[in-house]
Amino acid sequence: MSLKINKRDNGEVTVVDLSGRLTLGDASAQLRQALRELLDGGRKKIVLNLGQVGYIDSSGLGELVSSFTTVKNSGGQLKLVNLTDKVNDLLTVTKLYTVFEIHSDESAAVQSFR
Amino acid sequence: MTEQPRRVRVTLESRIESVDLGEELARGVAGAAGFDEDEQYKLSMAVREVLINALEHGNRGDANKPIGLGFSLLDDRLVVEVQDQGKGFDIAQVPDPRQDECLLKTSGRGLFLVRCFADDLRVKPSNNGGATVLITKLYTNNSGSKTAKEKQS
Repeated sequence: MSLKINKRDNGEVTVVDLSGRLTLGDASAQLRQALRELLDGGRKKIVLNLGQVGYIDSSGLGELVSSFTTVKNSGGQLKLVNLTDKVNDLLTVTKLYTVFEIHSDESAAVQSFR
Repeated sequence: MTEQPRRVRVTLESRIESVDLGEELARGVAGAAGFDEDEQYKLSMAVREVLINALEHGNRGDANKPIGLGFSLLDDRLVVEVQDQGKGFDIAQVPDPRQDECLLKTSGRGLFLVRCFADDLRVKPSNNGGATVLITKLYTNNSGSKTAKEKQS
């Protein structure tokens, strides 16, 4: 299953819903393009909703890191919400949980920007 | 008495689609070997990561260089072999991606994940000069072994 991306604005914050597999190939490119469009449009407070992402490989993890760095270098912030157990485990073993601000609740993630 | 191992071997093209195919194949073999769903996920993820490594770093995306993928079901373990046509590499030189200086790197986590998800990971030079990566998954607890053997008998 490929990656589906949906963007929703909540005030100054944009929630990006991801659904499917974040893996090597098109999915990583899709996420990069979506974030590029947001940044170009001046949307710099971004929450990635990973609730429907059941599978991430090392390329997908790399794309998350790239996303984090790109947004940060543009003066914005990228936060994660609704991690599935598998994704949470991957972020834990790779210590990437120390890089990202992670929330279990979308409203809390949005509020954290204010 | 030691039984003869059952073996499956395929040759994959150096394409992204082959990574997906190899992952699915690994999941199927792990299921046939009696591993539960969680262990099937771990083994297929490990195989996926080694295939990505073979595609990107070994064969460098050269479509003319195939990737060999083999599975051997032994008495006490499943061994997966991935063979590329690259220059080989020393796994001891691969840095730990959890080091502070590596955390913001966008690559370099694949083999680490294999170590997390498999019982053993080895790399040896291939006869053709490339690398052969060996992943071992033991039949332990409620995974593999008896279930698969009972299915055979």
